[in-house]
Amino acid sequence: MSIKEQALIVNGEPVTAAASTLSALLDELGFSGARIATARNGDFVPERLREATPVEPGDRIEIVSPRHGG
Amino acid sequence: MNVRDKTADVESALTLYGERMPSRMLIGTAQYPSPHILAKAVEASGAGIVTVSLRREQARGRTGERFLELIRELGVRVLPNTAGCRTTKEAVTTAQMAREVFATDWIKLEVIANDDTLQPDVFGLVEAAAVLSADGFKVLPYTTEDLSVAERLLRAGCEVLMPWGAPIGTGRGLANPYALRSMRAYFPDVPLIIDAGVGAPSHAARAMEMGFDGVLLNTAVAKAADPVRMAAAFAQAIAAGRAGFEAGLMGVRDMAEPSTPVAGTPFFDLKARDE
Repeated sequence: MSIKEQALIVNGEPVTAAASTLSALLDELGFSGARIATARNGDFVPERLREATPVEPGDRIEIVSPRHGG
Repeated sequence: MNVRDKTADVESALTLYGERMPSRMLIGTAQYPSPHILAKAVEASGAGIVTVSLRREQARGRTGERFLELIRELGVRVLPNTAGCRTTKEAVTTAQMAREVFATDWIKLEVIANDDTLQPDVFGLVEAAAVLSADGFKVLPYTTEDLSVAERLLRAGCEVLMPWGAPIGTGRGLANPYALRSMRAYFPDVPLIIDAGVGAPSHAARAMEMGFDGVLLNTAVAKAADPVRMAAAFAQAIAAGRAGFEAGLMGVRDMAEPSTPVAGTPFFDLKARDE
């Protein structure tokens, strides 16, 4: 593990990742090209802002996609 | 049976946020035995709007994409929900995520107050409705029959209200018909859609006879032994209830009144003499 890795909460689960931006994190976790939407610490992060959005230790990241609903 | 074409011809078709709907039935996409049955049930319902949700995706997961593909093939409008959200903030963020991923600014706004009743947190609901309306969303709030809450939702920018029939998933029908009748009378020009608690086609027909503009349901169809037939049954009940409302229901009386003319009844004079 690189010393640069940081502890995050992704979809409610603890994760360590080297990425320093949200878009890099999505790549690192295997979400490249997926039909998803994201939030960081409770705030929506539009796709166009993922690259400019930093990821910092302790961040809570939500990664969601379409599902059935009532 | 698909009743979409027939209801589209009705002059008084349901219009929501300026868009004419092909049907007065809205249907959920959850809990079906299979994606195939879901697709068939939506088709049989004739619904022009289906509700969908957002859930956490697995790494390398493609569940969302497959689901979206299925829904696209149905050729209906999607109405994402904020199901499970408990605060204004959660609901607003979920709506924003839904707008991006489903490419629609329509949102079925739910802010849930309590796990057992799944009743709306009306304070959070009004707050979230104001934030989202100001942000350009077309908000369809899942609310109670409370008139003051309804007023506030309208002031917050909602053009449609969705009062509950009964708590989500209970199938109890219209738990408080008196309050729903009052709501209908109080807001004659606001599209009102009964959302949740509808368990049987007769419940939906009753709501439509009362003058509600539409019915949104999920479990009653998805959990039926034959969801496709049940979807068609609801479509017929909703169309029949609406037609009944438009035709004008007779008044209810306490005492009997013969429907066959009394004048000229055979032996009428004998009966009179016996008495």
